[in-house]
Amino acid sequence: MNKLNFLKPDKNNLNTYLYSGSFLFFVGTLDVFLGSFFKVNITSFLPDFVSFILPLILGIIGLHLIRIEFSGIQKLDLLNKKINTNNFNACLTLLIIFTIIKSLPPLMSWFIIDANIAGDTKEACTGSGACWTYIKIWLRRFIYGMYPNELQWRINISFILLIALAFVGYFATERLKKFLTLYYVLIYPVIAFILIYYLISGGAFGLEWVETGAWGGLSLTFIVSFFCLIFCFPLGMFLALGRRSQLPTLRYISIGFIEFWRGVPLITVLFMSSVMFPMFLPEDFFMDKLVRVIIAISLFEAAYVAEVIRGGLQALPRGQYDAAKSLGMGYWKMHIFVILPQALKLVIPGIANTFLALVKDTPLIFVVGLLEIVGMLNLAKTNPKWLGFAMEGYVFAAIIFWIICYAMSRYSQNLELKYKTER
Amino acid sequence: MDNRGIEFGYGFLNQESSFDVQFSLIEYDGSHSYARAYLVGLLNTLLVAFLGIIISTIIGVVVGIARLSPNYLIERAAAFYVEFFRNIPLLLQIFFWYFAALRALPLPQDSEAMFGVFYLTIKGFFMPRFIWDNLDVLFYSIIAVIISIIVIRNYAKKLQENQGKQLPVFSISIALLIVLPLLTFLFGGVSLSFELPVLKQLSTTSYVYKGGLGIPPELIALTLALALYTATFIAECVRAGIQGISKGQKEAAASIGLTPNQVLKLVIMPQALRIIIPPTTNQYLNLTKNSSLAAAIAYPDLVLVFAGTALMQTGRAIEIVSITMFTYLSISLSISLLMNWYNKKIAIKEK
Repeated sequence: MNKLNFLKPDKNNLNTYLYSGSFLFFVGTLDVFLGSFFKVNITSFLPDFVSFILPLILGIIGLHLIRIEFSGIQKLDLLNKKINTNNFNACLTLLIIFTIIKSLPPLMSWFIIDANIAGDTKEACTGSGACWTYIKIWLRRFIYGMYPNELQWRINISFILLIALAFVGYFATERLKKFLTLYYVLIYPVIAFILIYYLISGGAFGLEWVETGAWGGLSLTFIVSFFCLIFCFPLGMFLALGRRSQLPTLRYISIGFIEFWRGVPLITVLFMSSVMFPMFLPEDFFMDKLVRVIIAISLFEAAYVAEVIRGGLQALPRGQYDAAKSLGMGYWKMHIFVILPQALKLVIPGIANTFLALVKDTPLIFVVGLLEIVGMLNLAKTNPKWLGFAMEGYVFAAIIFWIICYAMSRYSQNLELKYKTER
Repeated sequence: MDNRGIEFGYGFLNQESSFDVQFSLIEYDGSHSYARAYLVGLLNTLLVAFLGIIISTIIGVVVGIARLSPNYLIERAAAFYVEFFRNIPLLLQIFFWYFAALRALPLPQDSEAMFGVFYLTIKGFFMPRFIWDNLDVLFYSIIAVIISIIVIRNYAKKLQENQGKQLPVFSISIALLIVLPLLTFLFGGVSLSFELPVLKQLSTTSYVYKGGLGIPPELIALTLALALYTATFIAECVRAGIQGISKGQKEAAASIGLTPNQVLKLVIMPQALRIIIPPTTNQYLNLTKNSSLAAAIAYPDLVLVFAGTALMQTGRAIEIVSITMFTYLSISLSISLLMNWYNKKIAIKEK
């Protein structure tokens, strides 16, 4: 038996250290676990404060004892390297583990165990957890807004068609591939607009007209983000080119435009579009507020897109411009075939961030009275029959937005990898 | 415009506003002018932006460094925080804190005191108000301390450059900062007392806290949401900045005998800051602009007070919206000018 030095565990007494350390760590974790899941405090004989802090102390001593350098056990070495490099790290590790153990039961019981989904009225929610009945009953409103129930198939069909048309690129043959860019940039937006104008809005071909005030919910979020994405991208590209143009007038106009939109908050832009803009229109001219909102958001986001693209343009070495010019290319040919493809590839993450910001900004359209999903939630929350379920509604919307935004950011990371070329 | 019968002019700013604002940093009631209402809104906006910037910077730097931690769990926890808060719209987060989380707090009469003097209730956060005597003496002493610290720093720098001696500037500054204001308490006639918030009964079921310093729940919700949201972006900036410093710099610094603290302070941070500051400035600007979402939960900021209430009362849409936009534009431009100046100061001095 070698001499035991508890301050500096070494390999000579590996098993002693390992067993005593693991045991202490296990006891500490068990104490927290029992307290959290079964409300049993096995250290209740101690004073409150000591009982509270004991698992942490036990855990730190335990982790200290199993911190054995070059133990020869691969898993132990890996563990030490990952979460147990020194006492401070061990303390943080324990805090995180204990927080997870402590927060699991209340979260689980709120989300699943004590939650209700059956029934049709508020009275069906008897548990102490979430009332998913509320979401179930209001789901149609959250997705379609005030759109008439019997006409909602129109929204479904147009969205299914739009998604189907978006996947055309995957089935295009080699011969048609060169027209794909043209399709996505020009034809697809036009088709989308026609679909939404005639199918969702109606008013022609025997379809009943539904005013835009009745649109809402998640479908409105999609419509607004979709059109704003389509409009702001080319606009931003032209602004970026304008800012780097040789013509002083064009350059200063672009700079002024970009700096103005970047300097004001979106909410004031929407205010402007709803209260100030109509005053400048001719008296008999009417513009729908959805159209005004889409224009306002597109202009606003275009300024951000422009700055991102400008970053890409600046990052390209001068040689690219010179080489393109030496081949006899003009301004447009040079930009379309040489500069922009490379610049856009560089700024995929930035553009993705801007688009994400756009999607996250859509709830702001509540200031002009359009109610997308967050607006509908606020409306449902104040319904006298369903008072007191704010939490469920916001959690529901947060999950939906999180999924959309996370999917978008993962997709942009994939794109970035796909178009990455060694330079 | 003319054929709609709309007049144009800024004369209305001097008229009596005749509306009240719930929370104001300066004295204000309905008898003051619209210009004063504008000032109230502007100060409230600046207050929330200031608080948000400080809190989000602290959280952001901690999380950003945590994302580079060798500890796997810490790194994952930080990544989880960033991915979680970044992908949820800010407006939703503000609503969540205001309508869902803060509504779960106890009523004033049921609330328990934290440390005996702080009360967190559904009506807001109440804490003791400081009552100073001879505050100006203390104020002058702090200015004197700041000036002397600058002088000492310059002297220490000169001393090091000329003779290679090092002065413990940091400890001297801390000592000065504590000792001099303390002296004013003993000899300068400065004194401090507290006014505690007291529960008062208005009617049988309605209670309020009187006295003390009350922070309205709108401000708490807004600051919390803004800070947590913006901190995720700042954390990413910090991470990118530190990752942008090549390993060779660290090794070179260690090889000339600098201690780990010195490596961080003298070699890593000055270079990392160059990468961190420009994008972080952008985030500060975003935070300031996003504070206009206050209108959604009725925190009386510039948009709600001026572009909301004042606009409804006067109907001067063009003037009011343009003033509001111009104000935000000037705030943005001045913050970015300030940061550009700082950025230029710390940029690489190429010869």
